[in-house]
Amino acid sequence: MISKSLTRYGPPVIVSLVALGAWEAIVRLADIPPYQLPAPSLIAVTLYVDRATLFASLLVTLKITFGALAIAVFGGALLAVLFARWTWVERSFLPFAVILQVTPIIAIAPLLLVWLDAGTAVLVCAFRVAFFPILANTGVGLASTNHNLVDLFRLHHASPWQELIFLRIPAALPYFMAGLRIGGGLALIGAIAAELAAGAAGQSAGLAFRIVEAGYRVNIPRMFAALALISLTGLTIFAVLSALSTLLLKRWHESAIDRET
Amino acid sequence: MTQILVALRGVGKSFKNGTLALSGLDLDVKAGEFLTLLGPSGCGKSTILRLIAGLEKPTAGYIERPCPELISEVGFVFQEPTLMPWASVFDNVYLPLRLKKESRAKAKSRVEASLSLVGLSAFTKAYPRELSGGMRMRVSIARALVLKPALLLLDEPFAALDEITRFRLNDDLIRLKQELGTTVVFVTHSVYESVYLSTRIAVMAPRPGRIVKEITIPTDLPRNEAFRMSPAYGALCVEASKSLQAAMTQGAYGEEAR
Ligand SMILES: Nc1ncnc2c1ncn2[C@@H]1O[C@H](COP(=O)(O)OP(=O)(O)O)[C@@H](O)[C@H]1O
Ligand SMILES: [Mg+2]
Repeated sequence: MISKSLTRYGPPVIVSLVALGAWEAIVRLADIPPYQLPAPSLIAVTLYVDRATLFASLLVTLKITFGALAIAVFGGALLAVLFARWTWVERSFLPFAVILQVTPIIAIAPLLLVWLDAGTAVLVCAFRVAFFPILANTGVGLASTNHNLVDLFRLHHASPWQELIFLRIPAALPYFMAGLRIGGGLALIGAIAAELAAGAAGQSAGLAFRIVEAGYRVNIPRMFAALALISLTGLTIFAVLSALSTLLLKRWHESAIDRET
Repeated sequence: MTQILVALRGVGKSFKNGTLALSGLDLDVKAGEFLTLLGPSGCGKSTILRLIAGLEKPTAGYIERPCPELISEVGFVFQEPTLMPWASVFDNVYLPLRLKKESRAKAKSRVEASLSLVGLSAFTKAYPRELSGGMRMRVSIARALVLKPALLLLDEPFAALDEITRFRLNDDLIRLKQELGTTVVFVTHSVYESVYLSTRIAVMAPRPGRIVKEITIPTDLPRNEAFRMSPAYGALCVEASKSLQAAMTQGAYGEEAR
């Protein structure tokens, strides 16, 4: 057990540590000033010293990210089910979903800021980018059910709802999970991008605002500290969603099966 | 006079892309028989089975079900096991009952009975991917049997299996048919399998799919290893083979004529 997790997690941990060590060494040996490239140790110290500000901002960003992701999951999955159940719904609403997807977020943000307060506008932007991959992937999943199984359900006089619940939704789960993993990362990116566009300050200042602020003050170590928090958040979201996916699919889906070898 | 369960009268089927899969087909499915459709691939065997099941509608002719109450339940076994990979063996076999809104507790004994018929009682909690190909096929058969259907339709169920497994499943199928009294329509392209199992063989020719010969095999012949070695079996295999050969040449001519 221990040796298994060691072979699994050992290499990435070692590689990361070596990379950080090299970064530290280069900064020290070449005497690079902190306002150009701070050493990892300085970034860690900054994270600690500025923890009150930075972690308050992290909380703001997290709230937006997960709020947006939750709405996107609910909305995307529900819409995909409605699309699969009634084709006229799909024909009528798909164009809107696509328009929503293809219009760049930066282009919509100013308009949203006119209509909504800054916090809500940022939430809507983050939702918007997370929504489409979940809708599209779930839709593909619901549509790619084994045709013979569909026939079997018909043969046994299954109602459309039984077909949806016992057949299409379980068959779509792996696709939904793939969409969720993409959507989780995009929700964070959307939250950061929207916040940069909004330039929200005051109580609702997220990590993006801290980066802009640190730029104005030429406080590069703090900028890096905020960046590090964003990267770690993204990494954690991905890891958590991957673990969830494995947990749900490990008994049956090829993507999550632990091979013997 | 034996009861006719399904009667196909002058049935033709053409698909949207213009393929004429069947033409002028007359076929009766009689209660209690083991009818095999034997023919080269592409001659419309699966299409006939789907028509009998009511999964497709004929584009010419008509299909009669003189006693629909007798065949209110139909079991269908596809060429692939077609199991739900996310569900355990138990849940896969439970499916037809679940679709009838029967509770799991109430269905339990029937699901287990069906699984024991195919010798898989020990695997109720397993998932399809944890089973061998032959075992998956038996789960699929257990699922088809769980409602005790009067009519069982099997579409080349053993084509992808090795010979040893196939022989064993052939024997299982004969035993099940005798125990349950089910009428069976079986599709295969194996002459030996068809002779071993059937009470009647309909030999088919392709392009367009049609029945060119029927071979009746006495019901009272025992179906076992001795039958497989007997001269009667050999003679029937030769007859079926010759019909199949003739059918395929006819098909080839038909193709050239187009
Ligand atoms: N859904 C379909 N659409 C178009 N052509 C089909 C379809 N299903 C079967 N066919 C065609 O009909 C013919 C008979 O098919 P099938 O009944 O599957 O034959 P078999 O089971 O004997 O191999 C084939 O030529 C096949 O290509
Ligand atoms: Mg076929």
